[in-house]
This record gives sequence, structure tokens and C-alpha cells, in this order.
Amino acid sequence: MSSQANFTHAEAAEQFIADEPRTDWHDDTLWFVREKRDKAAHSLPEWEQLRQWASDIKYHGLSNMHQLLVDFEKNAIANGIQVHWAVDGKEHNEIIYKIIQDNQVQRIVKSKSMLTEECHLNEFLTEKGVEIVDTDLGERIVQFRKETPSHIVLPAIHLKKQDVSETFHEHLGTEKGNNDPQYLTEAARGHLRDKFIASELAITGVNFAVAETGGFVVCTNEGNADMGAHAAKIHIACMGFEKIIPKAEHLGVFLRLLARSATGQPITTYSSHFSKPRAGQQMHIVIVDNGRSRQLGRESFRNSLKCIRCAACFNTCPVYRRSGGHSYHTAVAGPIGSILNPNLDMQANKDLPFASTLCGSCSNVCPVKINIHEQLYLWRQEITKEGMAAKGKTFAMWGMSEVLAHPAIYRMAGKMGRWVVKHLPFLTNNGMNPWFKQREMPEAPKESFRDWYLNNKQK
Amino acid sequence: MSARETILAGIMANQPLSQKLPVVRVNEMIQYEDLVSQFKIILEAIGGACLEVKDHEELDTILQELIKEKQVVLNAINPSQTLVRQLQTDSLESLASIDMAIINGSLAVAESGAVWVSEEQMILRILPFITEQLVLVVDRKNMVSNMGQAYQQIDFSEIGFGAFIAGPSKTADIEQSLVIGAHGPKKSMVILVG
Ligand code: SF4
Repeated sequence: MSSQANFTHAEAAEQFIADEPRTDWHDDTLWFVREKRDKAAHSLPEWEQLRQWASDIKYHGLSNMHQLLVDFEKNAIANGIQVHWAVDGKEHNEIIYKIIQDNQVQRIVKSKSMLTEECHLNEFLTEKGVEIVDTDLGERIVQFRKETPSHIVLPAIHLKKQDVSETFHEHLGTEKGNNDPQYLTEAARGHLRDKFIASELAITGVNFAVAETGGFVVCTNEGNADMGAHAAKIHIACMGFEKIIPKAEHLGVFLRLLARSATGQPITTYSSHFSKPRAGQQMHIVIVDNGRSRQLGRESFRNSLKCIRCAACFNTCPVYRRSGGHSYHTAVAGPIGSILNPNLDMQANKDLPFASTLCGSCSNVCPVKINIHEQLYLWRQEITKEGMAAKGKTFAMWGMSEVLAHPAIYRMAGKMGRWVVKHLPFLTNNGMNPWFKQREMPEAPKESFRDWYLNNKQK
Repeated sequence: MSARETILAGIMANQPLSQKLPVVRVNEMIQYEDLVSQFKIILEAIGGACLEVKDHEELDTILQELIKEKQVVLNAINPSQTLVRQLQTDSLESLASIDMAIINGSLAVAESGAVWVSEEQMILRILPFITEQLVLVVDRKNMVSNMGQAYQQIDFSEIGFGAFIAGPSKTADIEQSLVIGAHGPKKSMVILVG
């Protein structure tokens, strides 16, 4: 499912950066998270080896997906879990609605699941008159505000504490003007505890599903997935099929990477391993395709299915940091979203692969070594071939593909580029180069790294 | 075709040629000489606390101290120290009133400050999450350096539910300010025995 946004990334980004102090705050805060990630990564000498293992395990998984899913299903059923399959977002939503109706439940809590965002589950259920309470603090905040998460790990990162304070004053009756995060979190804790205690059905996401055991792992810092799943008499876990890993021992690789890449923590507070329902509980798993099998067939893009949703590529991305998640008009924003969403709907998301400088920082931090920036470049080519790229982009693209195809021209173009930025800045600051908006062009370095390297090597 | 068949057929048609599973060499993962101090440093950095006691006698004394001035305590290690015997374990309202739960953990991981707790040790799955304060008791012999070693010791064939728990629950969803005590415990302590 994909809805056509009535704005492009560039248009929304233009609005976002109009508030300069807020943009700077957003930029600095996410960069700070990126730095925490670096510190955590550097604390492990085997970090690069871990990334390689993770990438290879995931590729093995993609290349044996059929068998792993069949094994997972068999083992999950043997564990007493009910397994459902959904071709697309609509089927996913209908399966959940049917479970709700069959059991005649009304009080539903949900912990963070980007898949349910991708499928627009909340809207679907609201239309049916079913209320769902998001229990992740950041998600609850944006839900009160009738917004969507702007970041897959930090859903309310686009908001300041004053915004949260106003929202909580309106919905939870907190003191007007009290912006203390401790006070506001306490208020949400009290409010959501009541919801947990009353809940009849809990929906969670899945971080990893293990073929060998038929179980799955959910990671949170707040403990909200556990509060929901262990309180309610029905637990539904929703997963894209790419969440499958072969064996439990592989968790020893992925859990070491996930939190360090996401926030710089050594591990999330809770890594909960569900294998069987508790006595008297119903446990369901919904396995969703929604375009993933198509992406699996696209050789250039299939590696995007390795993603473990850590958001490291968001935090490091100069474009994401300075344009905000909502500019991407999709459930999963940032560099990885710009690869996944054109697969779901190329026409609606044709602007996204252009929302990048192709600097490659995303690929450098990705814990499963997805070649994100190369895939962004490849999507640009696909989109341009389909005649969908915006005029200014085609122009620049034509230059880029020529340049990248010929190393000698590339070097020459780099030299010229530096010369142009330095001597004829109006050429880069013209209507055809939207990057100049709200931005000063950086001072051009005197020599490229390559020139510098060659010069210095000779010395 | 059912959704299941459609999806599996699509995957079969599109999945690339099988690539071998890499061998994960756990012995190449980080090893700490002093597991206890590494564990302590990490646990404290993530908002938890760590105590060492030499034996079960000392443990009992410490626990006695910890439960002072608490109203509702569930002590799985020494049930005689449980403060409310008639806790209605089938009532969430009743469980939500627990001030402190003291339970065993089977494994402590030095690199992450995490403790593995199995379903049996939790008594109730929701207990370590719903309690206001959590005390995990781990035998000092059961410490490992890294998560790779930890997974070598867990037998999933027997497990209905289990969790790694690392420190108290927390959130930074409001302007990235860290607040300890989101939905789960506001305090979390690990006691290493032996
Ligand atoms: S693409 Fe890589 S860095 Fe980005 S969210 Fe996915 S796993 Fe993390």
C-alpha cells in the first residue's frame, strides 16, 4: 500500500529548513547519536568482522528464504503459534482485524513496528472503529498529534520538549508549561500502565525470527512490548519475511550490532525471546510480503532486504539530518527508505533516491553492509530511464553517469568542479542546483584527496 | 492460490543462488580478563547497579536490607522474605503494586551488562517488567565475556520465553534526554554471588 504524497522530498525539506535553529538542533542531535555509535563500534576490535558475518548470514538467508520460511512456520506451529501469511499491507490489516473480531476484543495496545506503519494499520483500524494505543513513548506522542514517526528508532525526534509538553497538557492533563522530560515521561508511564493492565490484545513487531526454533526476538528499551505481550490474552507479532535468520546462535552476531549501531548502547534493555504462548494465551505471527519478494528478484536492490532497521544510516545522512523524516513522505524514511520505497511504488517515490548526496556515509555505518549509496544511484538510473526524474535531476544525472563511467573524466570533472565552486560560484548557485537553497556552498578544497595523496606520496 | 503459496512461489522464483552460511567464530569475539569489573562498568553506565556477595548468607542479609520499607516484595530466592504472601498472581492490578521482585538469572554477559532470565526464573513472564524495582541474582561462575558465548549456553528447545535484561527500563524519546523508568522497572540491580 502506498499513498501518493502531494509534495516531494525537496519541497518538504525546504519547509523544514526554514526554521534554522530547529534544523540545527535536529542535525546536531542526530550527529551526536552517530558519534555514540562510533564509540560503541570502536570498543569492539572485531566490529568489521561482525558486520561481514551479519551481511553474509543475511545473504545466506535471502538465498534460502523459501526453505527458512517453511522451517520457521513448521517450528512455530509446533510451538503452539498460529502462523498467517499476507501478500500485501491490506491482507495484513485484514488478518489482524479478523483476529480482533473473532475474539471480540476492544482494548488493543501496540509496540513499535515499522511494518504496521508501512501497512497503515492504525488508519485501517480507526476506519473500522477500532482504537489502538501505541505504547512506545515516542509513538504515543506522535499518535496524540495525529502525526507519523519521523525516524524508525526515535519516532518523535522532530519534536522539542515544548511540543511534547503542549501535547501532553492537552491529552493527559499535565501542567501547562512544564517541559521537564522526567515529569512528562512519568505522566506517560502512568497513562500507559492503565492501558497495559486493561489490554486484551497486544501487537508487536519482530526484530529477528529464528527458523531453527520457530521463535522470535523483540528488542526495546522501554519494556513496552513485554508489558503488552505478557499482559494481554492475545499476542500478534507482525514481520516482513526478511526478518528470518537461520539459527539462534546468529543472534549472538545481530544483537551485538543492533543497539550499538542504533544508539551506541551495548544492547537494548530488553531482548525478549518468544517461542511459545504462555498458558491460556493465543500467539499469532503474521508474515508479510508487500513487495519484498519482488525486491528479492531485483539483483541490484535485493541486498536492501538485509536491513535490520537500526537507523544508523539515518543518523549519519547529511540530507536526512537536515530535512527531517517527514520530508520522505513514507513510513521508513532516510537512505534505506529511499531504496525500499521505489520498489513499493516507483511513481510515488521517484523523488527519494535523489534525496542524497551519494557521499556513502550510510554504507560505511550499515551493520549489515548494504551498499546503500550505490543502490540510490542505481535507482536514479532506473527512474530516469522510466522518464520519471524531475528536469533538473536528469540534467545532473546525465553528467553523473557519464562522469562515473569514465575514471579519467571523473578526475577531470572533480578538478573542474573544485575550480568552478571556487571561481564561478554562481554556476553552482543557480536554479538548476536545488542544493544551494538555504545553504552556503562550502569552500572548495584546494586539492582532492587523490591529488593530495599522489603529491604526498612523492614527497 | 493462498497467500502462503503466492508468497512462497514468488520467493522461490526470485531468490538468488544459495550462498553458504558463514562460520561464526566465537573465539574471535572480545574476551575480558576481569569479567566482574567489565560487567560492573557497563551495567553502571546503562543505569543499573551491581553488588558482589561471597555466599548465600551474605546475600540474605543484603536482601533483607534492600526490602526494608518496601510494601510488596516477591522474593523467589528466599520466599520467607516475601512480604506479601497473598499476591494475586492472576490479577494485573495486584501485580502492578509490586515494589520489588527478586529473581534468579542464569547468565551475566560482561560486554553488555545483560543477564539472561528464563521463563521459570521469572515465575511469571510479566514480573520482571511490571515490578517497580528488579533484583537479579546470578552465580558468579555463570559469567561470559560476550553474547556469542552466551548463546552457546542457552538451550532454546526447552524455552517458551526468555529475555536478556540490561539495566532499568529507559527512554530518550523526549528531546533525547535520558529518563530512567519508562514502562518497566525504575531501578535494576544485579547481585553476583560467590
Ligand atoms: S540500511 Fe543498514 S544502517 Fe540503515 S537502517 Fe538498515 S541496517 Fe541500519
